[in-house]
Amino acid sequence: MIINHPLLGPRDAQEFTYLGDATLIDRPDGLSFPSADAAMDAMHDYLYQRSNPAGEHRELWFHEQGDRSWLVVTRNTVTHEILKVELARDVARMRGRSK
Amino acid sequence: MTQKNRITGGQIDRSRTLSFRFDGKSYQGHPGDTLASALLANGVRLMGRSFKYHRPRGPLSAGSEEPNAIVQLREGARQEPNTRATVAELFDGLTATSQNRFPSLSFDMMGVNDLLSPFFAAGFYYKTFMWPAKFWESIYEPIIRRAAGLGALSRQDDPDAYDKGFLHCDLLVIGAGPAGLAAALTAGRAGARVIVTDEDFRMGGRLNAETHALGEASGADWAAGVVAELASLPNVRLMPRTTTLGAMDHGIYSAVERVSDHLPVPAAGKPRQILWRIYSRRALLTAGAIERPIAFENNDRPGIMLAGALRAYANRWGVAVGERVAVFTNNDDGLRTATDLAAKGIDVAAVIDTRTGGPLLPGIRHLQGAEVTGSAGRLGLSAISIRHANGKVESLPVTALGVSGGWNPNLNIASHHRGRPVWQDAIAAFVPPKDGPAGLSAAGAAAGLFSTHAALQSGAGAAVAALDDLGVKATLPDLPRAEDAPVAIAPKWYVQGKGRAWVDQQNDVTVKDVKLAHQENFVSVEHLKRYTTLGMATDQGKTGNILGLAVMAELTGRTIPETGTTIYRPPYTPVAMGALGGRSRGHEFKPTRLTPSHKWANEQGAVFVEVGMWLRAQWFPKAGETTWRQSVDREVLATRASVGICDVTTLGKIDIQGTDAGAFLDKVYANTFSTLGVGKVRYGLMLREDGIVMDDGTTARMGQNEWVMTTTTANAVPVFRHLEYVRQCLCPDMDVQLISTTEAWAQYSVAGPNARKLLEKLVDQDISDAAFPYMACGAITVKGVRARLFRISFSGELAYEIAVPTRYGDAMIRALMEAGREFDAVAYGTESLGVMRVEKGHVAGNELNGQTTALNMGLGKMVSKKKDAIGMVLSQREGLVAEGGLRIVGVKPVDPAQPLTAGSHFLEPGAAAVAANDLGWLTSVVYSPHVGSSIALGYLKNGEARKGQRLRAVNLLAKTEVEVEIVSAHFVDPEGVRLRG
Amino acid sequence: MRYSGFRVIREALTGHKGWGPAWRDATPQASYDYIIVGGGGHGLATAYYLAKEFKQARIALVEKGWIGGGNVGRNTTIIRSNYLLDGNEPFYEFSLKLWEGLEQDFNYNAMVSQRGIINLYHTDAQRDAYTRRGNAMILHGADAELLNRDQVRAMYPFLNFDNARFPIKGALMQRRGGTVRHDAVAWGYARGASDRGVDIIQNCEVTGFRREGGRVTGIETSRGFIGAKKIGVAVAGSSSKVMAAADMRLPMESHVLQAFVSEGLKPVIDGVMTYGAGHFYVSQSDKGGLVFGGDIDGYNSYAQRGNMPVVEDVAEGGMSLMPMIGRARLLRSWGGIMDMSMDGSPIIDKTDIEGLYFNGGWCYGGFKATPASGWCFAHLLATGNPHPTATAYRFDRFRKGLMIDEKGQGAQPNLH
Repeated sequence: MIINHPLLGPRDAQEFTYLGDATLIDRPDGLSFPSADAAMDAMHDYLYQRSNPAGEHRELWFHEQGDRSWLVVTRNTVTHEILKVELARDVARMRGRSK
Repeated sequence: MTQKNRITGGQIDRSRTLSFRFDGKSYQGHPGDTLASALLANGVRLMGRSFKYHRPRGPLSAGSEEPNAIVQLREGARQEPNTRATVAELFDGLTATSQNRFPSLSFDMMGVNDLLSPFFAAGFYYKTFMWPAKFWESIYEPIIRRAAGLGALSRQDDPDAYDKGFLHCDLLVIGAGPAGLAAALTAGRAGARVIVTDEDFRMGGRLNAETHALGEASGADWAAGVVAELASLPNVRLMPRTTTLGAMDHGIYSAVERVSDHLPVPAAGKPRQILWRIYSRRALLTAGAIERPIAFENNDRPGIMLAGALRAYANRWGVAVGERVAVFTNNDDGLRTATDLAAKGIDVAAVIDTRTGGPLLPGIRHLQGAEVTGSAGRLGLSAISIRHANGKVESLPVTALGVSGGWNPNLNIASHHRGRPVWQDAIAAFVPPKDGPAGLSAAGAAAGLFSTHAALQSGAGAAVAALDDLGVKATLPDLPRAEDAPVAIAPKWYVQGKGRAWVDQQNDVTVKDVKLAHQENFVSVEHLKRYTTLGMATDQGKTGNILGLAVMAELTGRTIPETGTTIYRPPYTPVAMGALGGRSRGHEFKPTRLTPSHKWANEQGAVFVEVGMWLRAQWFPKAGETTWRQSVDREVLATRASVGICDVTTLGKIDIQGTDAGAFLDKVYANTFSTLGVGKVRYGLMLREDGIVMDDGTTARMGQNEWVMTTTTANAVPVFRHLEYVRQCLCPDMDVQLISTTEAWAQYSVAGPNARKLLEKLVDQDISDAAFPYMACGAITVKGVRARLFRISFSGELAYEIAVPTRYGDAMIRALMEAGREFDAVAYGTESLGVMRVEKGHVAGNELNGQTTALNMGLGKMVSKKKDAIGMVLSQREGLVAEGGLRIVGVKPVDPAQPLTAGSHFLEPGAAAVAANDLGWLTSVVYSPHVGSSIALGYLKNGEARKGQRLRAVNLLAKTEVEVEIVSAHFVDPEGVRLRG
Repeated sequence: MRYSGFRVIREALTGHKGWGPAWRDATPQASYDYIIVGGGGHGLATAYYLAKEFKQARIALVEKGWIGGGNVGRNTTIIRSNYLLDGNEPFYEFSLKLWEGLEQDFNYNAMVSQRGIINLYHTDAQRDAYTRRGNAMILHGADAELLNRDQVRAMYPFLNFDNARFPIKGALMQRRGGTVRHDAVAWGYARGASDRGVDIIQNCEVTGFRREGGRVTGIETSRGFIGAKKIGVAVAGSSSKVMAAADMRLPMESHVLQAFVSEGLKPVIDGVMTYGAGHFYVSQSDKGGLVFGGDIDGYNSYAQRGNMPVVEDVAEGGMSLMPMIGRARLLRSWGGIMDMSMDGSPIIDKTDIEGLYFNGGWCYGGFKATPASGWCFAHLLATGNPHPTATAYRFDRFRKGLMIDEKGQGAQPNLH
């Protein structure tokens, strides 16, 4: 596969390391829940439950043999066609993450 | 021996003669021959035996689709099983032997299987060999295993080298027949970067095997002319002897180039083969078509081959397979074989044409509405039986028969992305799927366009279209006039008969087997293939699959497309494992990382050990030491008595800088770092989000916003990746920067009561206990060279880790050892490092195994609940904090003479050795010269409460057990006096 | 119809006219007591044991394509019970015992062949881990041996002992491990189930679950609605797709695993072998092909095909371990969709929807589990309670912190 890195252009996917569903960006704040149980419920859903779609999937890839960017790649899991590649940091900011 | 079947013409170099041997007998051929063409020229038709029935077999084809003529090529360590004689390029001195026969090819005792064939119907083995139950493994299976298999491996290491390479192009052209050459010419002249691959050693495809003219030239000459022009273009790369294996994602194709297979041995410094990854912007499949047979009774005798192959042997290789031949066809292309052979002066006894009503071939006995119903001949064809249109049966003596059931577009690669081929009635064959690999199109015969004219036009046209996609303007070249005969075919798959008619020749799958599969409800294509083994042989069903499908379609009363299609998968033809492995074998399997002190350690005679990719000194034997224990005990005792030095460069080192670095560390570590003072080091515990310990190490605050993290050797890469993940994905606005400095710094541990005295000789600054106390850190200089010093201890001794830029690493170890001479300093390796850390009760890899928590390690209190660190929440799940869980403990044998074994499990005295009584296990075992016995760390259920108890450490693998005492994990200096000294 | 050597001889002499269908192609009835969704190995085994061992009736098995076409039809055929953890080892040992009696049980020669499996080790730490594991296996009643380098060399002299980047130091061996003819497993279970009245319905794709008041009442399919009291889903790589129709998200991802077979070769490797320093494992089939594989490709995929990096990685491992295979040729490759769970271990459990049961998350190790998976799922469906060897395979183990993580990789499916 070839991933069109937003900064570096097309790179072989072999340069990257895969993590998984880009919803991992949406990590809940463990201290923001009324109870430990609620925190665990939320953290459990966040960490373990996956939509795992057959089709478009937004996912995290790390350019380990490259510039060390984390990317959000939108890829079809049936055809492997890549529809979009973004810097994960930009996505994280768009989703409201900061510090 | 003369080449008795050699006739005039062909693209062989008759000015040179090559000698070769087959089954011990010498023959001669010419450059341009394949092993099959040369053997046929010498009158040898019998080249192999079939897999199951050991039927005598000769070539069916003249290409890579060959199921029958499979031989063992070369000898010794280069022995190469299952090589197709039809594509093995002849070289002087070639040796080949037939395979899967005993004692000889012409007399094969396993041929008895053929007589027993009624018992060996498809799937018979699923129904028997079950009684008595034991006999399958002790009797039946060993016999079957010995009888099965084709050629043999040499059992020696492959002596040849293989390479890998990467190529990029605008247009990849797969197959250099008329369509491919026209495409390459079009794209090449337009200036596009073009790669042309062809599995043959001579480009031109069928043009080399046909007699039709292209304009004024012969097909072969036109092809040679185009190849010459393409070779002169700098933007075109011609790759003969190169098989495109598969279509990967995003325009990447794998291909193997057989650099040296046509030579006795590879030239000096050259590989045998190269595996290429070709990155194409567009690709064009011009791989031609593969002819298919018509099945009839005993259609597998040597001398019976595809009509196009019979013609190719005559036209390209100047070989008359038989002196008297016949052709059996259901289409006009088969007629060409008859006319071509007749023109060569070969006696064409008859053309048996299943069709009626068309024009008759002039001057040839053309039997319309007839079919071949059988054949005769023990080791090769001597006669065929013909059923005429009027029902009359005739036996016709011939020694060769060309069979044509039509042509299948060679669409293999176009369905590698699981697109379904599309049936086309007009040619009675499948054409490439509409949803093939993105960027790939097909032209010529591969697209179902069978005339030479259509191949040229579609090839050139497809190149123009592909380049247009890329914004490159190309124009159609002047293409020569060429034949443009329509496809005239009346589908005919098999001839009704009582006997066996072969569908898959290598695996001995017959029409009867397909019928039996149908009878037993194995009607889907997938079931058919698996139940009968249709298409599973080394030829991958290239000639037989569609035929089998057609037979099943007839049986089920469905059309062929309704019955199904076969999906093709890479590789297009079988590919040597060596090529796929490339240079990564032996010591080059993975890179070897050397520590900065490697050269010095090597000079000391150190024994090295693989630690991940690293090679580390394991111990440093001294003269007179005969066992590793002697060396390690000496290193440990000397270190604890005075001072020892160890290269710890392999630990991961990460520089972390920025105003938010403290907050960042609070996020990634379970314990708090932001409160750490400048110039101080703290031990940190890093959790995965699931609350399990990911890694541990120390992090030093070198300045207000400058930190240095160390990780374990094993986790240096994953921890860095994780930190970047937290930084970019979770905390994108934090002011924090990371860089891995593992290779930038050479780092040495200097441990022991005299460690400070030693370092004071080298370090330019005051490092007295007052100025540089336990857990201090700072930037220093060593004789003017910038360095970092950390007062941390893994051994439990007064200890430092000192880091200098890697280029000073060699000088530093020498300086340290020199400075330590007055203290009898020793170098110690990973074994002593391990002994001392177990004596001190520090966890390492065996305890940090990805399954254990801070609580298990006795470090539960380190997990701060006041901050939302990674893993904090889930580390508190009930299953991870349950009472009575595993806790780290120290373990000593009650009898100090008894050795412990890591991996032993704890049992109560008297408890049965069953899982219900399993209390935990010994994680790390060392011999402690300090304690004077074997000691261990272990995870023990309710371990904290069991200190002082006696248990058994049981190793059921060795059938040993040792009575042990559970103790504190701190065997040495539990109060930590020494490290603060 | 019973299969036997006698019967084979009789049929051979009479033109094989007497063989009937191995299983009936059924058309769906209006309703059943049980519907098993998925005609792979696990689904077929479930239907078989439900009928045979648990004496249940009115059972249908629906399959969207052809039975045996999923991972049971494309795997590397290995059976073993060399697991470490308490949650796993009893289950896999139960499975191995079922394999040992399977052919007699379902009267089909699946060629169960216990030629032994060895896991090579190359470091002291690997040896320690295998010692721990071997002991755990024996404590659970399985067999295990620790071999030293010389013992391995005596078995497989052609391995790379003298010129290796990561020298072989020994191996953990399970003699009862081995291989099975994978397709025959599917067909044997199908035949056995069909003979016992199970309706095997092919080309019937589930498109939805019909629910009434928190309980499931049947399935919507491409061949219409079929009612059921209890529904068991065993669809491996398609788990997330199918269970999404019941509005469930699962703790798993689908990944592609490639596997490979070489051209037929005369016998050279007797047992099964895994390389401890690279991603490579291999055995040789009765037909002579080397059957081998390595790591998953590593990205979510339903494409049933992989890419070159893993092909090359596997070949590099193979060439490093046994350099004689350089001149053997890779004949075929295939890609299966693996239901990779969050801890590398499976789930056999009830769902929150009454009457709907789930079996999945087998990662790339489901083949060896086939008999026990079928048996335990049938047990759960028939009795409502988990089988004693499968009590740990619950959905809620992640919430409770009771992961069964053999490899210690945490909640990242592609690392298991």
